[in-house]
Amino acid sequence: MTDLATLEAEITAQIAAAGDVAAIEAVRVSALGKSGSVSALLKTLGSMSPEERKERGAQINTVRDRVQTALTERKAYLEAAELNARLASETLDLTLPAPYRRKGSVHPTMQTMDEMISIFAEMGFAVAEGPDIEDDFHNFTALNFPEKHPAREMHDTFFFNPKESGERMLLRTHTSPVQVRTMLNQKPPIRIIAPGRTYRCDSDATHTPMFHQVEGLVIDKAIHMGHLKWTLETFLARFFETDAVTTRFRPHHFPFTEPSAETDVGCDRSGGEIKIGTGSDWLEILGCGMVHPNVLKACGIDPDEYQGFAFGMGVDRLGMLKYGMPDLRDMFASDSRWLGHYGFSAFAAPNLASGLS
Amino acid sequence: MKFTLSWLKDHLQTDATISQVVDAMTMAGLEVEHVTDPATKLAPFTVAKIVEAVQHPNADRLRVCQVDTVDGRKEIVCGAPNARAGLTTIYAPIGAYVPGLGVTLVEKPVRGVVSNGMLCSASELEAAGDSDGIMELPDSLAVGTPAVDALGLEGVIDFEVTPNRPDWLGVNGIARDLSAAGLGTFIDRKVEPVAGKFPCPIKVKVDGDACHIFAGRLIKGVKNGPSPKWLADRLTTIGLRSINILVDITNLITYDRARPLHVYDADKLVGDVIEARLGKTPAQPGGAHEPSPQKHADEQLIALDGKTYDLSSEMSVIADAGGERPIGIGGVMGGESTGCSDETVNVFVEAAWFDPIRTAQTGRTTGISSDAQYRFARGVDPESCADGVELATQLILELCGGEPSDLTVAGKAPAAPAPVDFDPAYVQKLSGLSVTADKTNAILTALGFKVEGGKVTPPSWRRDVHGKADLVEEVARIAGFDSLPSTPLPEVARAVGGVLTPKQARARLARRALAAAGYQEAVTWSFTSKATAELFGGGQADLLLANPIAAELDCMRPSILPNLIEAAGRNARQGFPDVALFEVGPVFHSDRPDGQRTAVTAILAPHAPRGWEKRPADDLYSVKADLIALLEEMGAPVASLQTAQGSAGAWWHPGRSARLQLGPKAVLAEFGEIHPGVLKALDVAGPVYAFEIWLEAVPEPKKKALKTKPAFTGSALMPLKRDFAFVVEAAKSAGDLVKAALSADKALVTAARVFDVYQGPGVADGFKSVALEVTIQPVDHTLADAEIEALSAKIVAGAEKAGAKLRG
Repeated sequence: MTDLATLEAEITAQIAAAGDVAAIEAVRVSALGKSGSVSALLKTLGSMSPEERKERGAQINTVRDRVQTALTERKAYLEAAELNARLASETLDLTLPAPYRRKGSVHPTMQTMDEMISIFAEMGFAVAEGPDIEDDFHNFTALNFPEKHPAREMHDTFFFNPKESGERMLLRTHTSPVQVRTMLNQKPPIRIIAPGRTYRCDSDATHTPMFHQVEGLVIDKAIHMGHLKWTLETFLARFFETDAVTTRFRPHHFPFTEPSAETDVGCDRSGGEIKIGTGSDWLEILGCGMVHPNVLKACGIDPDEYQGFAFGMGVDRLGMLKYGMPDLRDMFASDSRWLGHYGFSAFAAPNLASGLS
Repeated sequence: MKFTLSWLKDHLQTDATISQVVDAMTMAGLEVEHVTDPATKLAPFTVAKIVEAVQHPNADRLRVCQVDTVDGRKEIVCGAPNARAGLTTIYAPIGAYVPGLGVTLVEKPVRGVVSNGMLCSASELEAAGDSDGIMELPDSLAVGTPAVDALGLEGVIDFEVTPNRPDWLGVNGIARDLSAAGLGTFIDRKVEPVAGKFPCPIKVKVDGDACHIFAGRLIKGVKNGPSPKWLADRLTTIGLRSINILVDITNLITYDRARPLHVYDADKLVGDVIEARLGKTPAQPGGAHEPSPQKHADEQLIALDGKTYDLSSEMSVIADAGGERPIGIGGVMGGESTGCSDETVNVFVEAAWFDPIRTAQTGRTTGISSDAQYRFARGVDPESCADGVELATQLILELCGGEPSDLTVAGKAPAAPAPVDFDPAYVQKLSGLSVTADKTNAILTALGFKVEGGKVTPPSWRRDVHGKADLVEEVARIAGFDSLPSTPLPEVARAVGGVLTPKQARARLARRALAAAGYQEAVTWSFTSKATAELFGGGQADLLLANPIAAELDCMRPSILPNLIEAAGRNARQGFPDVALFEVGPVFHSDRPDGQRTAVTAILAPHAPRGWEKRPADDLYSVKADLIALLEEMGAPVASLQTAQGSAGAWWHPGRSARLQLGPKAVLAEFGEIHPGVLKALDVAGPVYAFEIWLEAVPEPKKKALKTKPAFTGSALMPLKRDFAFVVEAAKSAGDLVKAALSADKALVTAARVFDVYQGPGVADGFKSVALEVTIQPVDHTLADAEIEALSAKIVAGAEKAGAKLRG
């Protein structure tokens, strides 16, 4: 065995014996480092004859390459082993629960209101708002409620204490005052909805002292009741998200519209719950009509030039019908379990691309 | 109001079934509330006769009867004590649903004997009558006669009348509309006057205010008493009580013609003048109807209901004895002193017209809602006074005999409805319906309107019709809303950038952002109690309700906080104390439109479940993080906001609350921990962390013509971070040091963040160490050491100015 072969055998044995990456590095330095054993041999080449150098150089370089390869392989092996050992020690029990995170939700009334706004926005309606505390003029007088008329009494109005001036403020009983404010401030054509809180002094399973309405108003020169019918039919089909919705217009009476109607949707009550879009029963769902000439006049619009329609619906009630909440009072009770059960995801913002709900 | 099909047929010639009538009413605008149709309910039940009744072999109280029925002879087991041979009664076959029991009959042995049907009691049929045993019917009834006919039961329709249509409060008014709608032919039962036999000895006086017109007549020598069966039945079927003939006649005409009447026992009248005038007691502000127990009005009346009512000058009072003795409240209720009894011999019949508003007010003041009051408050046909008296006279003469005086009438009816200019083409313009002019005129004529040369005159009973739109309604509802043409709205240009105002869009964004952050949206009342409102800076006099639904909901809320805190308390009491709630809604500072603001309010009552990972509990800073994130989301100038600690409202923990503001007059939000005293007052366990943002106070970003964003200018140079530890007085705000660091060089210092706050050994008592990590972003060249040193020195100098020292 030549010296070179002996050296290679020694180094190879050292590589095999190296138990970790640091030991391999030590072997590399002792063999291939600046003053390593193989490097030392290479330095001897300079003093040799060209022939000798050629033969001897090739031999040493071969050994150096083999040692290098063996070092690299062993190092990779040891690194992998070390990583595996570390990973084995790092095991986590992934059946442990993730940190607690509260789940938020959007209230069904507000979700319903957003749905309605989305549908009407697509139909070209803007969104108008007004104050909850109103005066007699905007809530009643401008809407053609005669003084002391029984129709006023039917509104179960919340009043504030009269002022010294005799003025008595009230909580709006509908969002119609917003229609009045809009007509007083804006010239036709008008196409708005007025969503908001409304108040009546009444409380049972289907009445709460506060509830939400969306009202609509369209005023132009040639808007007639057929437009009203189309608007509501289209709205109701889109809102209930089924083409099977049937609607019925029934004559009714409101002081602020003439002619006036109530709109029913076809439903089935046989199973104890109300199903929209099937069955042979009717459910009253909203009130509507052609804006009364006296209302137009009170708002500075000439009823011989302009005409139009108005409608109003209960947001909470339509939400209950669509999503199956049985009791209106629960809507305002803030029971966190109820909110979680009937609430909507933050990301379920109604839009026409992905649908309403 | 209720009526029966047979009653309707007195005024309408029709073959319509009850369900056709109901449908036609609905489509004409009469809202049917409820229909009881015994013909359907009792269809399987028929008359039967017991031929033999013997003791049941196995039961003392049962009898085995052989019964002749519509199905032949049947063996039926019966437990009624009156089951006996020869009895005519009602039989239900196997398979019949018995409404009074709520069961369907099945064939089964009763103590070993099979019963092939059932013999029924009145209650089992839900019919009026004695229910001690099975029904006992006249023997003249043939076997197989339907039970409805044998019992004389009728379908009853119960419906709601809108306030504009008082004429529908009489059956003839309904018949007129149904006839116009094509359901049959209206039978116009015109009233023929009865000739008086002598001048009316009782004079009538009206003042034109308390009462406009008053017609009456004396009928002498009547014989009053229980009403004949047809009259009593007609009234009891619709839920009225039969009293005596004279009173029943007034009720009949009230319901038949929407014409209330009153009858006085003429022998009980004092003097010979009946006068309608206003009451003598001045109206009291705040409601004359609730005088203190000690203080009564100058005038009172014991009415027919036996109760005593105070009379005010806003009421119409009927008086005799020279106007001194009240004997009735006009249009509302008569007095007990002059009421008709079975002994009445001389009767004075009144048909008058009282003002709707006055009658409505009197109804509210007295709390009386009689059939007369209900009708007068809505408006009775002013032209119906004489007819009412004549019709009553005819019925009285027919049923009680007697001798009528001449008719006496005082005052005059209010002006008839004025004619309306009407072009039939307006029907189509307003409703979209194409109805010919002839058809339009025919409908109006059928409803009693007079159509003449471009003018339409409403009948006297249609005082709700004032203009051409009213006439369109008449035509459209009779032509049928079903045929309204569904017409798409004309296309309009959609608003660029959506239809929501910036405030509406922000409210919507806040809702979605907070829901995403783990808060549940609640919707709570806009009101709270005055005491609670006061805890939160509210409770002003102009925000107190005069008629709250409940004492604890008597004041408009100044803040959403109390509502959410109380909700947290309710949830905790139900065993769910960990809540994060928010609401976007109105808060009120005055009753003016600008006194209402939109608040975005969130609370956190942290009671998170324990975790194995031992994470720190949610605290005020997690709520602050949610608040800042939300404001950023809304586009608020978060970097410019001052945190004004200790300046928030008194309902916050004074040391743990702050305002976020652009200046003392531009407060965007308050946040903090709710004051423990306030929580105690609301009976809620703390801590509760919260914030309230006022949307109106959050500045709107500048509107820009285009949506393009400024160019991105990310520096190619590495940012560097330097740490500083300062020692300051413990009470000093860390925020001041951050501000000092940031303002040392606004171009280079891009961030400064507190990463440690320490008090304890190594730091003098009353002081704390605050460690900042400052981010320096070179702009155009890599900073030389000297430049960095200079900047550091500026930061330290700034901090020293703020009262801090670099920690040695």
